[in-house]
Amino acid sequence: MAPILTVRDLTKRYGGLTAVSEVSFDVEANEILSIIGPNGAGKSTIFKLISSFVKPTRGEVRFDGEVISGLSPHTVARKGVVRTFQETTIFKGMTARDSVIVAHHLRSRASLAGFYFGTATARRDEQEFGDSADEILEFLGLGPVRYELASNLPQGHLRALGIAVGLAANPKILLLDEPFAGMNADETARAVEMVRAVRERGLTLLLVEHDMAAVMKISDRIVVINFGVKIAEGTPAAIRADEKVIEAYLGVEDETIGL
Amino acid sequence: MKPAKNGLRVAAVAVFLLVVFVVVPAAIAASGRTDLYYTLSSVALLSIASGGVWLTFYIGRINIGQGAYSLVGGYVSAILVTTYGVSFWVSLPIAGLFCATASVLVGLPILRLRGVYFAMVTLILTEVARLAALALPITGGAKGITNIPPPGAIRIFGLTVVPAFDTFAERNAAFYFLSVTMMVLAFAALWRLVNSRLGRLFAALRQNEDLASSMGLNVPMLRVLAYAISSFLGGVGGAIFVAIAQSIYPSSFTVNDSVNFMLNCFLGGLSYVFGPMLGTLVLYFGWDLLFQAGEYQLLIYSGVMILLMLLLPNGLLSLRPPAIRPSLRMPAKRTS
Repeated sequence: MAPILTVRDLTKRYGGLTAVSEVSFDVEANEILSIIGPNGAGKSTIFKLISSFVKPTRGEVRFDGEVISGLSPHTVARKGVVRTFQETTIFKGMTARDSVIVAHHLRSRASLAGFYFGTATARRDEQEFGDSADEILEFLGLGPVRYELASNLPQGHLRALGIAVGLAANPKILLLDEPFAGMNADETARAVEMVRAVRERGLTLLLVEHDMAAVMKISDRIVVINFGVKIAEGTPAAIRADEKVIEAYLGVEDETIGL
Repeated sequence: MKPAKNGLRVAAVAVFLLVVFVVVPAAIAASGRTDLYYTLSSVALLSIASGGVWLTFYIGRINIGQGAYSLVGGYVSAILVTTYGVSFWVSLPIAGLFCATASVLVGLPILRLRGVYFAMVTLILTEVARLAALALPITGGAKGITNIPPPGAIRIFGLTVVPAFDTFAERNAAFYFLSVTMMVLAFAALWRLVNSRLGRLFAALRQNEDLASSMGLNVPMLRVLAYAISSFLGGVGGAIFVAIAQSIYPSSFTVNDSVNFMLNCFLGGLSYVFGPMLGTLVLYFGWDLLFQAGEYQLLIYSGVMILLMLLLPNGLLSLRPPAIRPSLRMPAKRTS
């Protein structure tokens, strides 16, 4: 089967600094692929390049065979590539349920004018969005807090809300930005289950993550980035044994640098 | 939505309409203070323009440029009426649409700015509009446009719906009803806007534009839409104002007015659709009442404004009893 997302020679320069250099990899449909790497390796830039929040200097991202790099973020979301944010990026003044309802916008059949005048289509849309939001919130364990203001929710719930908002846009690929950051073992275990459950819904997941243990547990494949360059790609077992990866994470052996 | 709450809302609207359309005119007729017609018309028109500013606040932009659109709207209507002999009633929507179109062109680049940067650019807009009015040949320069005839009659199938304004014994009473009707329409439209899905999209924009675009919301388009509606209201308000004054000058709307439109929103409350209406009323009369303070007028005025913002950051409407507050913050829970 053809990969659902292909990244080819993706390069991003900021002035003289090359944040990402000629990175290529494929994402297969319905897999969980993680991008890992030490701090400042360029993971987040790749993430922004794929979701089109940043335009590449060179190279391209194709989704379902169609070039999506260079399009505006909302167009890319419309095509089915949706990103989530870390927990600080939420609609603080909205309830969890309202946030998820707003995020259903891509599914609306009524026009903006239709929503203004409350046409039959618009009312049906609203009804469906509400029901679907309730289903998604229930699915991610947010049912009991759906009427809470997002600003009052604890961190774990905010992560789930971020995923809920992403799911509402009905994506084919969901990009998760550090979904396990700052979580304890218990919370991570629950989040891992959540990500797996999302995959069961037929989605493809692309993660950018620090937490090695969680990444190893959850990923089908892993892409390792260091200094903006892809240094390894493979199954968790292969990555764990890869010398370049060990080097990047643990530093070079003392002898090789002459100490 | 609880029926009791809905009932209360309908009652509040009914009382409001009764006051502005019946009680106020009756009181003015009884007291003979016909000058109040002019004052209250001004308040109504300024609150329409302020309502527009409020909408730009609603998408998270500080707009200090509404004076520009009021001035442009006023000139468009004045030029159409005097130079081209167009009926005032036709010139009114044209003025609004002209401002909306202009604001799309202006808004596309400047709405990318946020916070104080957007505020600064809009502040300059008012000055640009004033200087353009001084320089352009069509606006009559510093002499402005004077002797603008009052609105004529509206006839549909030979039936006179609205008589010509110069047939009224008290012309300002006719303007009062026109201004207040437009204000009611404008705020009803705004209320519907923020309570429809569109309003929720605008609120999403205010809270986080990146997150909104990740959901597939066309953020630039929505921003410009809100700004265009805002400018439309500014233009319509300005056009009626000019019809009442029967004249327009480059100084008819200045930076001061732009700032006041913004203060009206702050004072009434940014979370409430009807905030700008109350804010305009209080600010307009508050300023006039302070006239007796003479040279201390501005000092007291600014002091009171600062205190109000410190003590009531959500505006005057946050003082209302909780029973009639809108469900903006606490959505009705589903009873099922």
